[in-house]
Amino acid sequence: MCFKLIKKMNRIIKIILSDILKNKIVLAFTLILAILSWSSFALEDNSSKGLLTILNVILFTVPLVSILFATIYLYNSSEFIELLLSQPIKRVKIWMSLFIGLSTSMVIAFLLGAGIPLLIYSPNAVGFMMISVGSIISIVFVALAFLSSIVTRDKAKGIGIAIMIWLFFALLFDGLVLFLLFQFADYPIEKAMVGITALSPIDLARIQILLHLDVSAMMGYTGAIFKDFFGTSLGLIVSFLLLCLWAIIPFSISLKMFKSKDL
Amino acid sequence: MIEVSQVNKKFGKLEVLKNVNLTCKKGECIALIGPNGCGKTTLIKSILGMVLPDNGTIIFNEKSIKNEYLYRNNIGYMPQIGRYPDTMTIGQVIEMIKTIRSSNEVLDEDLIKAFELEKMFDKQMRTLSGGTTQKVSATLAFLFNPDVLILDEPTAGLDPLASEVLKEKIIKEKEKGKLILITSHLLSELDDLITEIVFMQEGEVHFHKKVATLLEETNETKISKAIASILKSKKNLTT
Amino acid sequence: MKYFLIILLLFSFSLNATTIHVGKNYPIKSVKEGIALTKDGDTLMVHGGWYKEGNIIIDKKIVFIGKGLPVLDGEKKHEVLSIKSDSVVVDGFKVIKSAYATITDPCGIKVYNAKYVIIQNNVLDDNFFGIYLQNCQKCTIKNNRLKAYGKEEQQLGNGIHCWKSNDILIIANRIDGHRDGIYFEFVFDSLIWRNISTNNVRYGLHFMFSHSDTYITNIFRNNGAGVSVMYTKGVKMFNNTFEQNWGDSAYGLLLKDISDSYIFNNKFISNTSGIYLEGGSRNKIEKNQFISNGWGMKIQANCMDNEIVNNNFLKNTFDISTNGSLVLNTFNNNYWDKYEGYDLNRDGVGDVPYHPLSLFAVLVESNPSTMLLYRSFMITLLDKSEKVLPSITPDNFVDNKPLMKPLPL
Repeated sequence: MCFKLIKKMNRIIKIILSDILKNKIVLAFTLILAILSWSSFALEDNSSKGLLTILNVILFTVPLVSILFATIYLYNSSEFIELLLSQPIKRVKIWMSLFIGLSTSMVIAFLLGAGIPLLIYSPNAVGFMMISVGSIISIVFVALAFLSSIVTRDKAKGIGIAIMIWLFFALLFDGLVLFLLFQFADYPIEKAMVGITALSPIDLARIQILLHLDVSAMMGYTGAIFKDFFGTSLGLIVSFLLLCLWAIIPFSISLKMFKSKDL
Repeated sequence: MIEVSQVNKKFGKLEVLKNVNLTCKKGECIALIGPNGCGKTTLIKSILGMVLPDNGTIIFNEKSIKNEYLYRNNIGYMPQIGRYPDTMTIGQVIEMIKTIRSSNEVLDEDLIKAFELEKMFDKQMRTLSGGTTQKVSATLAFLFNPDVLILDEPTAGLDPLASEVLKEKIIKEKEKGKLILITSHLLSELDDLITEIVFMQEGEVHFHKKVATLLEETNETKISKAIASILKSKKNLTT
Repeated sequence: MKYFLIILLLFSFSLNATTIHVGKNYPIKSVKEGIALTKDGDTLMVHGGWYKEGNIIIDKKIVFIGKGLPVLDGEKKHEVLSIKSDSVVVDGFKVIKSAYATITDPCGIKVYNAKYVIIQNNVLDDNFFGIYLQNCQKCTIKNNRLKAYGKEEQQLGNGIHCWKSNDILIIANRIDGHRDGIYFEFVFDSLIWRNISTNNVRYGLHFMFSHSDTYITNIFRNNGAGVSVMYTKGVKMFNNTFEQNWGDSAYGLLLKDISDSYIFNNKFISNTSGIYLEGGSRNKIEKNQFISNGWGMKIQANCMDNEIVNNNFLKNTFDISTNGSLVLNTFNNNYWDKYEGYDLNRDGVGDVPYHPLSLFAVLVESNPSTMLLYRSFMITLLDKSEKVLPSITPDNFVDNKPLMKPLPL
């Protein structure tokens, strides 16, 4: 029985995956990622420029494309969801299958576009960290897309919310942190700041990569505080767990809302 | 077979279903009629689990459908406006539903042949006319030989020929002893099909009667006229 | 006849200078006994074995040779070897376990007020201080290996420690795990060449008030606080490597009040700060490589007339940082890998001046916690806009002739 359910879910995931992977936007995204990463690695003698390009891709492009694409896709597949709902399928399975399908395709796009050049030009701790963090960030923003598309039926509003979420984490949150840092410059707030970074998945991802990319600078006074926390294996596990929570919590909220949604 | 009792549903402040009670049995062919926005589709969607009632219970084959989904194996649903993924072809949609259902029973492909859908299997859903989309919906509803058929405005977009094909199919299934639930506001279409009538207005079930009793009570020969006369008498009563 | 006399004279010397053997298989079993039997010019040859004789004092001009690496063991109670005479040679011993005391500073080998002493090919293990020259001239410390194991600064002495000495040669030693690898105070006109100083708890090299010394081709790696030099003029540092000195107050090379010095062709790799320059003047920093440091150079605003020319700055998080807006130093013809200008006339020099000081470096200097935001999109935006319209960073902090390609160093 249970096995049959999983089989059924796999079928739906397969259908969704094949639909998304045929999507031209995903293909274009993969291509653009690939062109960006290959060219930035190939044009420079040392790999640092290429790594920086991919870092910016992970912190900027991947979140934007993931959340926008997933939101639009969800709105566009409302018919499909309705069709599935009239069939003997659990709601949870439908939503999960959509999530798995979308995350998998975004991760595949990232791995094909940026992962392969990373593996070739930087097969070290930095490279692996970037690949894993980039993949998780893709999933996190797909999860946030599920949240933004479930809170409203209006497609335009939903896309607006998605863009706001992205803008907040990519730009505004850091602005807020900078403001706090200077506002409370006279207080020992370094440790509190470590906690605050947990409130943004992009910052979590960025600091994990920084600790590998700019290890010398991170050994400085405040850097050392961050390194003392994030740089230990415990810190690494905690920040990856936090990143996973950033995917799990928005998705479970959206799942709960989807379960009681009227279509 | 289906028992709806004390079901309420609000969309925001709008009460769409008010204390709805309804019992449907095997072998019946029920017409769910009423003016636009009276809650017909919401009731159907509630039975299908697509809309979750605020309270009340819906029992299908002696089991509540709350948090259940397997009962939908026994339902074929034809939506009012069939919406399908744009980029899929007819063939892919039918194939997909087959894979999802993965039932081992013999498929009922009568309508595929009757509507001559095979010729159009490669056409993408977004290129189809409303009528053809309805044909696909109808085909999917009957495909798995379900015990219950729920048809929301089945003949609305169909041409007379296809409409006739579908009617014949419905009669055929009715004779097999299945429960058939049809919503429609084109009453004349239904005359030769239905055995019972449920009339809804403003979210409430006005009456639920056998066609024969209805005609007898109103001394009419046509269902539409019978209903019209009931509505008139009601109006007279209230005024 | 004259020549004959000279030869005779030489012969008579060699006849006088005898070699005395100490060892299990020789009549003399004790080193101290052996020393007592020697006179100036004699050789004392100690054969392999374990000698626990407390404090051994050499007060004659003898050659003191170990054969088969004899061990002189201080048993953590004594200074092991004290040299109190000129022209002593100590060669081929393993000196271990000197005592630990903070006032007398007991050593593996300590030289008191002597000239022409040579200490070479020894192994010093687990001593408080390693080799200590006190008020010495023209001595050579060559090819020794020193290792200590303490964890805390207080439990450890320095590897090679020189005080109030001059004309010292320190060549090809390896120092590991001491407090300071090499420590100089009031040491002049000396040469430090081909030493490797690693994993010391405090500094790899530490000197003050030691003028006109030259440091060539040394390696200072992974020391607690890097290399620190203070209050000195006329330092020459060539071909040295400073790497992996990590920590808040760790510097590849800390220069405090250093003047008229020349720092040429060194490598600064993966340090938290490559060079930290405070209160220095008239120094020339030329043809060095700064690679993968947190901060390539930190130049404090109280430095003046320093020239920073023809260096490569590669893969540093920040190339330059400073704490004020006053700029009295010149930067020219350096290669900066972050430079984004162009070179239309193809002379290898960029046509647009380069401002190596980024806005974010200034922000971090004033509020170190800001480091948290490094490489965030917002910071990149701020940095880019500052590059276009400098408003906070001093605009005379500039390399007017940035190189388009790194120098082949």
